[in-house]
Amino acid sequence: MYSDKVMDHFKNPRNVGEIENASGVGEVGNPVCGDIMNIYLTIENNIITDAKFKTFGCGAAIASSSMATELVKGKTLEEAWEVSNKAVAEALEGLPPVKMHCSVLAEEGIHKAINDYRKKQGLEPWVEKNPHSHEHEGATCDH
Amino acid sequence: MGEKRTVYLDHSATTYVRKEVLDAMVPYFTDHFGNPSSIYHIAGVSRKAIDTARAQVAKALGAGPEEIYFTSGGSESDNWAIKGIASANVKKGNHIITTKIEHHAVLHTCQFLEKNGFAVTYLPVDKYGLVDPAELERAITDKTILISIMYANNEIGTIEPIAELGAIARKHKVPFHTDAVQAIGNVKIDVNTQNIDLLSLSAHKFYGPKGVGVLYIRKGTKIDNLIHGGGQERRRRAGTENIAGIVGCGKAIELATADIEGHNKRIRALRDRLLAGIQAKIPDTHLNGHPEKRLPGNINISFEFIEGESMLLWLDDEGICASTGSACTSGSLEPSHVLLATGLPVEISHGSLRLTLGNVNTDADVDLVLDVLPKVVSRLREMSPLYKGKKGGCNVQ
Repeated sequence: MYSDKVMDHFKNPRNVGEIENASGVGEVGNPVCGDIMNIYLTIENNIITDAKFKTFGCGAAIASSSMATELVKGKTLEEAWEVSNKAVAEALEGLPPVKMHCSVLAEEGIHKAINDYRKKQGLEPWVEKNPHSHEHEGATCDH
Repeated sequence: MGEKRTVYLDHSATTYVRKEVLDAMVPYFTDHFGNPSSIYHIAGVSRKAIDTARAQVAKALGAGPEEIYFTSGGSESDNWAIKGIASANVKKGNHIITTKIEHHAVLHTCQFLEKNGFAVTYLPVDKYGLVDPAELERAITDKTILISIMYANNEIGTIEPIAELGAIARKHKVPFHTDAVQAIGNVKIDVNTQNIDLLSLSAHKFYGPKGVGVLYIRKGTKIDNLIHGGGQERRRRAGTENIAGIVGCGKAIELATADIEGHNKRIRALRDRLLAGIQAKIPDTHLNGHPEKRLPGNINISFEFIEGESMLLWLDDEGICASTGSACTSGSLEPSHVLLATGLPVEISHGSLRLTLGNVNTDADVDLVLDVLPKVVSRLREMSPLYKGKKGGCNVQ
């Protein structure tokens, strides 16, 4: 059901772990829904120099975390903010429709970590252009 | 390292077809293909084969052959029992009693009837998945026309007190249906001593072919047809008979019920060693289902801090076929209704793993799982943010 790319990032996830004293941390998801992602970013001179994650979730959630951290590394905050859930899913050579919310979660995690950093810097957090609630296509995890 | 071998631990999902069963079936695809409804001589061979299979099924259930009806499988049998009883008895009442842990073939059929004017009581279960007979008795009203309670649960393996529940139904003169799809070959069934009026079974759960099942209907039970058409199955179930399938079903149930004790002893020994090994090697687990009143091959265990689908993917990578009650594999995004009905917290339901052993399994299979599973669990826990919280909080080990 998963692409080779998803299985590769699931079995050999990049950037697993935490960053102590991270510049920004994004915690998203809910154990009741079956997925939680923690994203850690090191930011130097407006550039993401390191990104790590810890994830509780299915294969797609782990692969999305791995891919999202890969995609934002080396990018400016402005560029990283533009990394959409679709970009994560495309980089994974597609996700099954019921698993698209995993890529949404990854995008949200990155955004939350960036805004965590911005707040720490005394800057206005950026506003989500297309706010996703943590809803699954059609069904809501309403616990 | 040789070829990766397949270790099949999902016998509750389906089984392979036994060689003896397949051998019995094959001639009915090729040589004896006659339509049993025809009058020429080759049709007689087909009719005789169906009679033999019917007798084999009847014997396995302690029923009469005239009470056995072949169907396309467990789902059809469940649909027929519930919709057929409902429509035939609608003048008498509109109330049906079932449980929260039924297979979807029963649950969704009941929900369909609810949309059509029926009232359904879904009995709760205790933390082991057991239905309380007193609760059943309290739920019965003068409008109750059917009680449907599964014999053994497909996910957690809990075996319900069927004879006792059936006795209550009988006392109140309400037809009692049981979905026995998981029970055949694992539990000794007798429809008379166990007070069963209708019983569903499916051949592919006991080493028979897919696409064939049975509904047992006690003589005198008022029930409408589900499949209308020709006069097959004594005008009760239309459609040209799946002769080879029916032959396979008969042979499979004969073999599966020939030595239930011996089969259970062998499977249970493997299961107990596997379960004990998992519990010894992996901390923070939760056994789902009843410790004793459970199917001999069933293990359903939750691993805290991790999610089931990611476990299955890693196990599959090692050749191990298993299943989970996590939402993430069902497409429904809700974890197993059975685990939730036992009161298991949602987040722990996501981390459940079902291993169901059967005829093909060996000690080597158990050893492989005991080697692989602890590594899978610890790998996933290492990347789980929930596990970190746990370690920080109270120092695991």
